[in-house]
Order: sequence, then structure tokens, then C-alpha cells
Amino acid sequence: MSTLVLLTLTGLGLGALYFLIASGLALIFGLMDVLNFAHGAFLTVSAYAAWRTAETVGGTGGLALAVLVGTATGALLAIVVELVLIRRLYGRPREQILVTVGLSLAIPALVQAVWGADSRPFPVPDALSGTVSVLGAQVPVSRFVLIAVALAVLAAVTLFLSRTRYGLIVRAGVEDRAMVTALGIDVTRAFTLVFAIGGALAGLAGVLGGLYFGSLSPHQGTSLLVFAFVVVVIGGMGSIPGVALSALAVGLVQQYANYYVDGYGDFAVVVLLAAVVLARPAPRLAGGVA
Amino acid sequence: MTTSPASPAAAPSSSGERPASTATGPAGTTGPAARSARRWRGLLAPAAVLAALALLPYSALEIPVLLDGPVNSPGSLQLLALCLVFGGLALGYDLMFGRTGLLSFGHALYVAGGAYGTQLAMTELGLGLFPAIGLALAGGTAAAVLLGAVSLRGLALGGIGFAMVTLAFAQAGSIWVQRNPGGLTGGEEGLPLHTDGVPAALVGVENTANVYWLALAYLALTAAVVWTAVARPVGRVWQGIRDNEQRVSVLGYDPFRHKLGVFVLASALGVLGGALHLLVTAGATPRSSTPEFTLTLLVMVVLGGSGTRWGPLIGGVLFTFLDQRLAVLASSDLVHGLPGALRAPLSEPMVILGTLFVIAVYAAPGGIASIRRSLTWRRGEETR
Repeated sequence: MSTLVLLTLTGLGLGALYFLIASGLALIFGLMDVLNFAHGAFLTVSAYAAWRTAETVGGTGGLALAVLVGTATGALLAIVVELVLIRRLYGRPREQILVTVGLSLAIPALVQAVWGADSRPFPVPDALSGTVSVLGAQVPVSRFVLIAVALAVLAAVTLFLSRTRYGLIVRAGVEDRAMVTALGIDVTRAFTLVFAIGGALAGLAGVLGGLYFGSLSPHQGTSLLVFAFVVVVIGGMGSIPGVALSALAVGLVQQYANYYVDGYGDFAVVVLLAAVVLARPAPRLAGGVA
Repeated sequence: MTTSPASPAAAPSSSGERPASTATGPAGTTGPAARSARRWRGLLAPAAVLAALALLPYSALEIPVLLDGPVNSPGSLQLLALCLVFGGLALGYDLMFGRTGLLSFGHALYVAGGAYGTQLAMTELGLGLFPAIGLALAGGTAAAVLLGAVSLRGLALGGIGFAMVTLAFAQAGSIWVQRNPGGLTGGEEGLPLHTDGVPAALVGVENTANVYWLALAYLALTAAVVWTAVARPVGRVWQGIRDNEQRVSVLGYDPFRHKLGVFVLASALGVLGGALHLLVTAGATPRSSTPEFTLTLLVMVVLGGSGTRWGPLIGGVLFTFLDQRLAVLASSDLVHGLPGALRAPLSEPMVILGTLFVIAVYAAPGGIASIRRSLTWRRGEETR
């Protein structure tokens, strides 16, 4: 029983991490058809920025500051990339993917050049390094932090999309970008905004990933990104509730399978993906081009 | 011992074609004679390149900055062989990406499958090199049929679905390799080439030229398969799928079967390339299974010019060469003496190559091949 509780909460924590990465990806993909390969690089850079901050300041205050710095770094990086690189390539999804692929190769390599290829321990303050007893299981506090943050982000993104004017434009843009443009609304500003939100969430995920794994390395972002892609595919592109549910499912399946099927969690996720892809209704013709 | 399989075959064919083309070269008329002349002339350039490459191991030329030793020194030949293998891999990958418009992020699965499959067939089953390659090829092709069919269902989500499903499969393979199940794959370390199964003529530093010729043979085979396939009706259907899939299906062709076909063919070429990679680098490395590996193939293809005859090949060769040479430069004293801000980016080749790639997407969207073509256009002799 206690194992099951621990696995569930760990799986939920992992799912929360996936959700933070995948929600930004799904928003960007849904609105702009950009498959952002640089998302993992945003995460990595933010994680290192947060790590430097937390190391310098130290303690719980250092971590709080690190969260701010990490999120801001992610948002800033995303804005710069959108304005300087992606913006010129609207309407050319293939080139956009290629540019982000280039960034996803160059940026982690740069991080590796500056801070080395070895993984670094992420400073976890004492307040968060302990465990809490839940139904007889000793669950690390950081899992709860992740779950709480993910829930807060889910609520915030949902509120933003449903209650604000920009959220309306973003939703309408996901639905039918050409129509929104025809109505005289400047969608490009919404693009930048969504990129910034996605980057900020990736940054946040970078910090929390450091907390969850207790370490960080130059290629951590890229490997997390693969699972975030899986989450986005399972959850249906561009739907935040769908992404939340699928992040949950992927996190739990991975943890359960890791324990009960002898370390084969990653395979279980891929099998789940294959099953979902095969179970989907037959291809719509010319679907999803918008 | 050093009788090459490639050079005697290449030399007569190139010398045999040259007179044919000079005889018909100036003729600008149409008709069957001119068409066959054009076909011969189309073969002339590849034959000349093949002959030149096949003769490289006989050249003791020193190229100061580009190569450490003379061309026929083992180190240089190994580097060149690696370039040729990647030229072939990029050419095979472009069959999907540039010719059919399928963006796969899982090609590394088949390359690593070729490398590890060949190695394991030799160590675990005690097969010789070539039967082992054959077994890996058969297994890889079967896997490609199965996984390709599943991945293509991902197209229900648009081209991106296919990309992501292939990526997930490759990631699973990569994790499996790095986890070292039952001590089979050697984990992070990879596996050194099992030399007992390899013919003696392909083992050891003194036989690097033979390995080089084998790599060249692989590249020539890949180029022959790719160029022949795209010139045939099936190649036209692939091109049609790339440009307008709906119209292809209206014309009565089954897009799914053609896409699966090109996926399997490209994967088989990838498996073969993986086996060559194993031979040239004398080992199977987990790096060949990672998503980054596929991304570098994509970068090579785009840098060279996707969907063109020579582009992917040139891209693969150039990228690999730069990658290897920049890595040497990075560990040189020259770079170590630089101030930190300059040293960091120079010490990782991928920083330079990634940046170069991003610039190239803007500056030369059609890759190196398009630069050349725009030059020939300017000269007013558009021959395609």
C-alpha cells in the first residue's frame, strides 16, 4: 500500500513536470504550428540560471529567487527567439522547425561548453529536502511542491485563456488563425505572448526539474522534451485540459511500470503512445493544417 | 590484400563514358539519341567522383590545415570514410525528408540498430561480418515495416504526429541501449568492434584503406538506390505525396503504401549505414541511437540541400568533416589560449555547427546545392 502511495505521488510529481513543459509546447503548436524543439534548450538554460542563483543566495529564499530568475530567463529567451528568429518565418512551418532544431543542438552544447558535461547537484533547501508521511509512505516534499505548482499553473492558464482578452485571441487563433487576422486583430502580438508564456513555463519546469531530480545536466532538457512531445501527442495538440490529463497518465504509467515491470517505464510510455495513436479514429483528410 | 572492390569497377566505367559524352556534348537536339546522351552524361559526374574517391588511398598528398597527415594515412582515411558513411546516411534520410516530405525524428533507431545488430549477431550468434549485416538488415527492415505502419498512423495528427511518434520510438531504443540490458549493449560506453567475426582484411590500422573502400561502396550503393528510385515512377509518386498528397490519392495511388515503402527503404539504408559506422569507428556508440543523431542527419540534409541529387551527400560529408575537425581544433592549444568568452563556443563543435545551420536556414534556404544551382542559372545553362 505504502509503495503504491509513494509511486502514485511520485508519478503525479513527474506528471506535473511534464505538464509544465508540454502545456507551453501545446500552446505554441496549437497557435502557430511551430513544433518548438528549442523548448528543451529554454528549460536547460533556465535551470542553469536558477542553479547559479540558488548557489549564490542559498536557502529557501535562494530557491524562491531561483524560481523567479529561472522563469524570467525562460520567458526572455523565448521572446528573443520569437522576435529575432521565428517571426521572419511565419507560414513556413518547416523552416521554423529547422531553426528550433538548430537551437536545440547549439544551446545545450554551449551550456556544456561553459559548465561541463557532468551533471551538477541542485541545491535543495532543508525545508524541501525532507519527506512527509502519507498513509505509511515517506514521500519527498518536493513532489507536493511540483503538484501544487502544476495545479496553480493549470488554473492560471485556464483562467488566462477563458477570462482575458488576450486569452480569447489566443483561443480564437488556435481555432482559426486566418479568420482572426481577417477581423483585424494583430495575431503576431499574441504569438510573442504565447511564446513568452511557453518559455516561462519551460523555465519554471527547469527549476522544478532540478528540485525533482536533485541534479541538472546540459542534456536534461532535451530528454524531458521527448516525453513532453509524447504528452502533447497523447493529449491532442493544442488542448490544455487534454495535455493535463495525458501528463498525468504518462507520469503515472512511467512510475508504475518502472517499479512493477522492472525499470521499463519509458517503454510503457511509448507503448501507451502507440496504443493511443492506433486507437485514434482514421486520419482526417488534410486535417490540422489550419 | 589491398585489392579494392570499388576502384577497378569505377575506373573503367568512367573512362568508358567520357568519349560518349564528348561526342554528344555539343548536340542540343532532342530525340532518343539526345536523351540517351543526356543519360550517359548524367552518369559521368558520379562515375568521375567515384573514381576520384576510390583513388584517394593512393594519394600521399598533404593538405596542411584540413588533414593532420597525408591523405592515405590511416587517420585521414578513417576520417574520410566516416564522412562517406554520413554522406550515405544523409542521402538515405533525404529519401523521406526531401523526396517524400516525411519528417522522421527516429532514423537513429535504424542506424543504431544496424551498428548494435551487426555487433550482437557476431558476438552472440557467432556469425561472420557479412551474414551478421544481412541479419541486422532483415531484422531492421521488419522492425521498420511494423514501426513505420504505427508511425504513419500518427499522421492523423498532421505531419507533426509522425515526427513525434518516430521520435518516441527512437527514444525508447536509445534508452534501451543506454540501460545496458543484460550487459548486451555496453551502456554508456558502447561496444568495441568484435574483430573475431570481421575478415582480417578489414581489421587493423594498416587495413584502413579497405574499410574506406567499403564505406565508399556503401555510399555508391546508397546513391545508386536513391537516384534510381526517385527517377522511377515510384519516385514521382513520392514527390507527388510531398507536394499534394490529396491529389495523389485521387489519382488512385495509395499514399500509405508508398509512404511505408519509402520509410522501409530509407530505414534499410540506415541499418546498412549503421553497420558501416560500426566498422569505420571500430565500435558501436550509444550516441548513434540518440534523437540528436537524427537531428544532425536532418541538419546535414538541409545544409546540403534537401530533395536534390548531390545536396544531402555533400551536406553529410561536409558536416561530418567540420564536426570532426572542429573537435580537434577545440582540444588544440590555439583554442585553450583564447579568453573564456571565445573559448567556450569553440570548444563544442555543435555550437558552431548549430549556429551555422540556423544562419543557413535564412541565408541559403535551399542549402549548398541551391547556391550552386543559382550560379548555373546565372550562367544561363539550366540543364535540369
